[in-house]
Amino acid sequence: MLISNLEFMTGKKVIKHLGLVQGSSVRAKHAGKDIMSGIKNMFGGELTAYTDLLQESREEATNRMIQQAESIGANAVLNVRYSTSSITAGAAEIYVYGTAVVLDMNSDDFSQ
Amino acid sequence: MFDLLFSLFVTTILVSLGYFFGRRAEIKHFNNLVKREATMNKLPAMASRIPPGDGEYDQYLVSGSVVIANDYFKSFVAGLRNIFGGKVRTYETLLDRARREAVLRMKEKAQALGAEAVFNVKYEASNISGQYNKRLPVIEVHAYGTALKKQF
Repeated sequence: MLISNLEFMTGKKVIKHLGLVQGSSVRAKHAGKDIMSGIKNMFGGELTAYTDLLQESREEATNRMIQQAESIGANAVLNVRYSTSSITAGAAEIYVYGTAVVLDMNSDDFSQ
Repeated sequence: MFDLLFSLFVTTILVSLGYFFGRRAEIKHFNNLVKREATMNKLPAMASRIPPGDGEYDQYLVSGSVVIANDYFKSFVAGLRNIFGGKVRTYETLLDRARREAVLRMKEKAQALGAEAVFNVKYEASNISGQYNKRLPVIEVHAYGTALKKQF
């Protein structure tokens, strides 16, 4: 599965547009990590536990999008966008969406 | 009266801890950023949506993110600033650090893939501090883009 946030793949022709695909994931923080982060919060700096958490969450959302794209027969997702929203204290939603397309993998189209 | 004195004492401790450790961490981080940015200069990140039309490229989505917290001193100063208005420099440096760090992480991933440039870079920043500690912002900055690797 090819994923890109450009609107096309260089040198490959889009045969078919299959519409929007999306994936989302909501993660909450681990209580113990939350306390440790709270202490770290006093001194400022990076909160590595949260960085990892959001990274994992983003990967999961992306995987869900890929699954959806595969199930409708796409071989690439173009123009991918991410968005984050915090819904309540300690939980964030990661949302990812893009256009599922079928690319001609054998074409040599330089016209773009 | 005792309660008031006690809370004043705690606040002073927290502010001075934030000042000393936060400042030290910030200077260290800025030095680190400058050093890493110099080595990453050969891999440009661009906001352009159109890749160079000189052949085929492999495209990969790469991203980098960082969650960064404000120290107590910065929040305290920002709180004072809120009264008079004006430039809140303590938050400016915080966001500057976070954005540069996120882009560097993105570029490091692109470099690991053997890419030459990152196109269509987008930033997003979100506040994830939640309801309980609104006064101590926790900000996530996420940068993502398409890494281009020339096909041979």
